[in-house]
Amino acid sequence: MSDIAERVKKIVIDHLGVDADKVVEGASFIDDLGADSLDTVELVMAFEEEFGVEIPDDAADSILTVGDAVKFIEKAQA
Amino acid sequence: MFDLTGRKALVTGATGGLGEEIARLLHKQGAIVGLHGTRVEKLEALAADLGGDRVKIFPANLSDRDEVKALGEKAETELEGVDILVNNAGITKDGLFVRMSDADWDSVLEVNLTAVFRLTRELTHPMMRRRHGRIINISSVVGVTGNPGQANYCASKAGLIGFSKSLAQEIATRNVTVNCVAPGFIESAMTGKLNDKQKDAILGAIPMKRMGAGGDIAAAVLYLASNEAGYVTGQTIHVNGGMAMI
Repeated sequence: MSDIAERVKKIVIDHLGVDADKVVEGASFIDDLGADSLDTVELVMAFEEEFGVEIPDDAADSILTVGDAVKFIEKAQA
Repeated sequence: MFDLTGRKALVTGATGGLGEEIARLLHKQGAIVGLHGTRVEKLEALAADLGGDRVKIFPANLSDRDEVKALGEKAETELEGVDILVNNAGITKDGLFVRMSDADWDSVLEVNLTAVFRLTRELTHPMMRRRHGRIINISSVVGVTGNPGQANYCASKAGLIGFSKSLAQEIATRNVTVNCVAPGFIESAMTGKLNDKQKDAILGAIPMKRMGAGGDIAAAVLYLASNEAGYVTGQTIHVNGGMAMI
């Protein structure tokens, strides 16, 4: 796992209070990790803070899984 | 009941009559109180009168959007987390609607509504993270009933009620409550501007035949700020001597 993926995973575990083994690349924040719509907004804000990137609303809407978040941040930082 | 020991509260407009009563009561109940106002000397005098303990002052001009944002950041940092936000500051620029200037409309909406939006936005996210918060907006009976000569003020105060209900629904799961207190006519500098004829007309419409005191409003704010009110959100408590039963 890349450094970005590890940091994303840590944020998700801390914020949602879920077991680390559940936070896999394909895990959906809402369907698999029990997030509600407000959690997803808070996660996006936490990602923005951690990585110093701006995630516009339309991009945020397409970030549904842990892998989506990692990919978006990798691209934004490239 | 209503013990606020260890809680941190920010009260805007704390040097006005009503804000001062609110700040004093929250402080008396054990809260660490941040006093916002525009005049440093008045803030310092109130802080000194409260004994200088568990009190900090935050001067800021709420007409300036950057200052509002900075106020939120500063209060959150210096109070080490604001648990209770009382949006009390408000201004009036009364006049009959047909002669109301853009400037009088804009300045009232800016301070009474837009500043509340911006300050609350700064402080809500940390409250959500901590899974606890109390946001209390001081509306007014005239925000619900209307009042001739106060189209701008009434619009801003009605706006606060709709704002509070929306925010309350969005963040209820985070244990952050959002409510309004709607005072009726209260003895203050603001109602002191009314002439005798206006005052007589007002008293005639109040079943209790007297204006309220700042303490009447502060008591409602204290309740909403307390742990005991944890299941109350999106509500408006009307404290008006019965002048409007809504």
